[in-house]
Amino acid sequence: MKKTLGLAALAAALACGGANAQQVNVKIGVLSDMSSLYSDIGGAGSVVAAKLAIADFTKANPNVKVELISGDHQNKPDIGSQLANQWYDVDKVDLIIDTPNSGVALAVSQVTATKNKIFIVSGAAASDLTGPKCNANTIHWTYDTWMLANGTGKALVKTGGDTWFFLTADYAFGHALERDTMAAVEANGGKVLGKVRHPLNTNDFSSFLLQAQASKAKIIGLANAGGDTINAIKQGAEFGIVKGGQKFAGLLVFASDVNALGLQTAQGLTLTETWYWDMNDANRAWTKRWQAERGAAGKFPTMVQAGVYSGITHYLKAVVALKSAADGKAVVAQMKKTPTDDALFGKGTIRADGRKVHDAYLLEVKSPAESKYPGDFYKVKATIPAAEAFRPLKDGNCPLASG
Amino acid sequence: MFEIFGIPSTALFGQLLIGLINGSFYALLSLGLAVIFGMLNIINFSHGAQYMMGAFAAYLLLQYSGIGYWPALIVAPVLVGITGMIVERLFLQWLYKLDHLYGLLLTFGLALIIEGVARNHYGSAGMPYTVPESLQGGRNLGFMFLPNYRAWVIVASLTICIATWFVIERTRLGAYLRAATENPSLVRAFGINVPRMITLTYGFGVALAAFAGVMAAPIYNVSPQMGSELIIVVFAVVVIGGMGSILGAIVTGFGLGVIEGLTKVFFPEASNTVIFVIMAIVLLVRPAGLFGRGG
Repeated sequence: MKKTLGLAALAAALACGGANAQQVNVKIGVLSDMSSLYSDIGGAGSVVAAKLAIADFTKANPNVKVELISGDHQNKPDIGSQLANQWYDVDKVDLIIDTPNSGVALAVSQVTATKNKIFIVSGAAASDLTGPKCNANTIHWTYDTWMLANGTGKALVKTGGDTWFFLTADYAFGHALERDTMAAVEANGGKVLGKVRHPLNTNDFSSFLLQAQASKAKIIGLANAGGDTINAIKQGAEFGIVKGGQKFAGLLVFASDVNALGLQTAQGLTLTETWYWDMNDANRAWTKRWQAERGAAGKFPTMVQAGVYSGITHYLKAVVALKSAADGKAVVAQMKKTPTDDALFGKGTIRADGRKVHDAYLLEVKSPAESKYPGDFYKVKATIPAAEAFRPLKDGNCPLASG
Repeated sequence: MFEIFGIPSTALFGQLLIGLINGSFYALLSLGLAVIFGMLNIINFSHGAQYMMGAFAAYLLLQYSGIGYWPALIVAPVLVGITGMIVERLFLQWLYKLDHLYGLLLTFGLALIIEGVARNHYGSAGMPYTVPESLQGGRNLGFMFLPNYRAWVIVASLTICIATWFVIERTRLGAYLRAATENPSLVRAFGINVPRMITLTYGFGVALAAFAGVMAAPIYNVSPQMGSELIIVVFAVVVIGGMGSILGAIVTGFGLGVIEGLTKVFFPEASNTVIFVIMAIVLLVRPAGLFGRGG
C-alpha cells in the first residue's frame, strides 16, 4: 500500500513538471468593415496584421494555439452584434478585435460584456467607449475622438483657426468627434459657427460644402472618416474652398485616405495619429512584412491595423500568464495590470477605464515636391506625450474609473 | 436678398443648382435602365457595376495608356458597352422569355462579381482622377461658386438624354426598336435582325452607364462600391418615373435631384431617404409611375 501510494505521488509529481508545456487554445475574430468605406482602414489589412501577431507570438510560445476567423459587419450595428453573438456562442471566439465604425463597436461592446468575453477596439473612435459606455471587458486600443480633437483641434486653433464649421457624419462616431472637437475649440478660445450632418457614406458633398462656404468659417472641420473624408476634400478642391481662404481640418485621416487623395490634393492637411509606418526602422520592417502578406500593390498599413497587431500581442501575453482565455474580465484585468510593450507602439499602459495610453503625433501631409518615395506622406510636427494625449481619467464619467 | 423658409435665397438657388447637377447623374443612369427595361424587359441590376466599370476604365486608360478625359468619354463607354454586349449574348438572351426575376438575379450576381473583383484588386479607398485642365476652376455666379466641370456635367447629360429620347421616340431606328419589343416575330418578318438590335440596345444602355461613370470619375471617388451606392437611388428614380418610360426617367432624374438638393438644405439627415419616401407615395397613388403606361 505504501509503495503504491509512493509510486502514485511520484507519478503525480512528474506529471506536474509538464504543466508549463500545457496547451493554451485561443480563438480570435477580426470583425471589420471588409467591403465598404472603412475597408482600407481596417478590413483585410487588419486580418493580415492579426496573422503576423499570431505568427510572431506562437513562434516564441509554441504551447499556444491560436485560431483566427474574420467577418464583415458592413457598418451595421445589428449585423455586427448578431455576428458577435454568433461568434461568442457558437464559434467559441474568445477575443473580437478591430471593428472600425463606432456604432458597431458600441453594440459589440455591450454584447461582449454580457458574455464575459473580450473586445479590443482598434478601429472605432468614439471616446464613449471609455466614457459613459465603458465596461470591464472592453479595451480601447489605438486612438479616440478626444485625442483627435485635442491633437488636431487644439493645434489648429492655436495657429489662428478660431472659427469653425462642422461637416459631421450622422452617427455615433461623427457626433462624438464633433462634440469633443467643439469642446476643444471652445476651450482654446475658438468659436463654432455652425454644423451640418450628412448621412454615412455620402457620395456628393457639394450641397454641404456650399453651406460651409456660406458660413465663412476659417476652418471646416470634417467630423467623418474614410470615403466620406476623401469625397469632401476632393470636392472641396473643386469648389475652391481652399482658394477662398478656408482650410479643411481632417479630424480623422488615415494613410490610406492620403494615398487615395494623392498628395496634390491632400498637402498641408494637419492630422493626429498614433502610429505611422515610416517613423522608425521597426515600423518600416513590419510594414514590409505586412505588404508582402497583404499582396495588394501600393498599400500602406494604417494605425488601426498596427493596433490590431499590438493588441493581439498583449492579449496573448495575458492569456499565457493566466493560462486560460475563458474569463474575459480576468484577462482584461491582467492586461491592465501589465504594462504594454511591442515592436510597433513601444511602451504604454492600459488604464482602469480600458483606455490604452501611448504617445500621439501631430502630422502634416507633405507636398508632392517634399515626398521622396511612395508612401512618404507625413512630416512629424510634434509629439504629444501619452500623459496629455488622452482624456484625463476623471473626466470620462466611466463607472470603472472611480473604483 | 430675401429669405425662403429661413434660408437666404442665394443659398437656396445654389442648392437648386447643385441638385440639378446630381439630377444629371440620376437622369443618365435611369435613362440607361429605362432603355434596357423598356426595350429588353430585363431589370439590369448590374447597371451600377457598369457605371463603376466606366469610371475605372477612364482611370486605367489614363494610368496605362495616357489616354486623357476627353478621348476616354468615348473610348470607355465603347469598351464597357462591348463587354455588355458579350454578357447579353452569353447570358441574357436565354432569359427574355422567363420571368423578370431571372434577369434581375443574373445581373445582380454579375454586379457582385464585378465589384468583388475590383475591390479585391484595388481596395475600397478609391483611385485619384483629376478634373481635366480645360474644365478646372469655376466662375462666381454671385449666389454661389460654380465649378466649370459641374456646369459641363449638366450640359453633357442634358444633351445625351435629349439625343437618346429623340432617337428612340422620333426616328425610324427607334421605331424599329419599340416595335421589336412589342412584337418581335412580326418585326423579324419584315427582315429586321431583331436579336442584333437587342444586343446593340443592351450595349447602348450599358455604354450610357459607363459614360456617366467617366463623367463621375473626376468629382466622385473612383472606388469599387461607387456603383452600388448610387444604383439603389437610381432604381427608385426609375420606379417613380415609370419603368419603361424614357421621358419619365429623364424628367424624374432631374426633378428628384433637385428635391434631394432641397432636402439637404432643410433637413440634411434625411437626404438619402427622401427619394424612397417619394417612391412609396408614388407607388401608392400611381403604381405605374408618374409617366408609366399602366399595367
